[in-house]
Amino acid sequence: MTENGDATPLVQLENVNKHFGSLHVLKDINLTVSRGEVLVVIGPSGGGKSTLCRTINRLETIDGGRIVFDGNVLPAEGKGLARLRSEVGMVFQSFNLFAHKTIRENVTLGPTKVRGIARDAADKRAMELLERVGIASQADKYPAQLSGGQQQRVAIARALAMDPKMILFDEPTSALDPEMVQEVLDVMIGLARDGMTMMVVTHEMGFARRAAHRVVFMADGQIAEENTPDEFFTNAQTDRARDFLSKILTH
Amino acid sequence: MEDLIRYAPDLALGFLENIKLSIVGAITSLILGTILVAMRVSPTPVLRVAGTFYVNVIRNTPLTLVLAFSALGLSDQLGLVFSAEPRINSFWIVAMGLSAYTAAFVCEALRSGINTVPLGQAEAARAIGLTFMQSLRMIILPQAFRAVVAPLGSVMIAMIKNTTVAVAGGFAAESAANMKESFDQVGASIPIFLGIVVAFMAVTLPVGWFTGRLARRLAVAR
Repeated sequence: MTENGDATPLVQLENVNKHFGSLHVLKDINLTVSRGEVLVVIGPSGGGKSTLCRTINRLETIDGGRIVFDGNVLPAEGKGLARLRSEVGMVFQSFNLFAHKTIRENVTLGPTKVRGIARDAADKRAMELLERVGIASQADKYPAQLSGGQQQRVAIARALAMDPKMILFDEPTSALDPEMVQEVLDVMIGLARDGMTMMVVTHEMGFARRAAHRVVFMADGQIAEENTPDEFFTNAQTDRARDFLSKILTH
Repeated sequence: MEDLIRYAPDLALGFLENIKLSIVGAITSLILGTILVAMRVSPTPVLRVAGTFYVNVIRNTPLTLVLAFSALGLSDQLGLVFSAEPRINSFWIVAMGLSAYTAAFVCEALRSGINTVPLGQAEAARAIGLTFMQSLRMIILPQAFRAVVAPLGSVMIAMIKNTTVAVAGGFAAESAANMKESFDQVGASIPIFLGIVVAFMAVTLPVGWFTGRLARRLAVAR
């Protein structure tokens, strides 16, 4: 099932635990993500989905267990951690484009400052990526001048500019006006088709059905169910998942 | 009025020293204040504690005492000498004390600016692989500076006026000290007094106006 012939999983979480004070947000999570896989994480709010996503590039630290990325345990800090993060793209719910930099600078900053790529080459690549997400004509504007959907597409271009081994999407469409959701999902579906490894925390069931290879259902800090999208949506095994689906799919 | 005219060259030379102290103080305190704020928000506890300690001690000590300590403690007792020429030496002692004092206020202004930068900016910076220092330098501080240009202007205005207590650090060649000297000779003169006030306002009012304008121009749209 892998495209580059490497059968080891790209991400491996082993007995991962995490607390926020007395709240046990991740309980003995075991999960692997294969190369080229599109994994969708769904579940009720407060169930630990975002936290799980954010542990993979260590924006959240973990209290127990371990996370292996591309054969190496996540570095705890310093240059090693920065290098790992440069290989894992992240798209946030609130876009988080650098507010004082133009769209083009947002996309070239990582390649030039982290990778040491020459400005010209980085600019050229940035324009290609902005073309791909349909924002090339806005390259010299500032983030606040763009719509939410446009900003989120820039955020995807910014992640792609680092040539990441994987991209994490933390509720990428939750902060968008309804009419802008599709333009972002279209870009994500394109990425999935191109074989990008993706972990997507989302409430967009349409995206899960169309693009996901696997759906993970999280509730109360645990992975309650893992299945193919078809199986999950038509024949969920747990009561918790059936209850959740009945609430979101019936209207 | 004739007192003012008689002492004008003296006072003007003194005022030039106020300006020189202000320029050195502005540059040095902005640099020191930036280093201090980097310490105060750094992930290293030792640096955070050191930065916090420095700011709380210096900010809460009267400037005259800071300057006196610079002159008596650092220079006389510990032998910190910038120049063999006493007048030049005392200028730099005062410039150092004034910068060290003002840096604490610059640090706190910048820290309030950092608090206006959404956490997501730092997370996005880390997520593309920038180190702590890179994200501070390229993402956080530039936005923090823009948010506090106007308050920094106030800090600079206070600093410019604070150059008039330089005598506490042994530097007696600035305008307020010259004014006092002239009063000793000819009695208190309102024109001399007002002349110095106007001279200071001629510098500080534009600083306030300019930083106010700059603040509006540089504001980061979110």
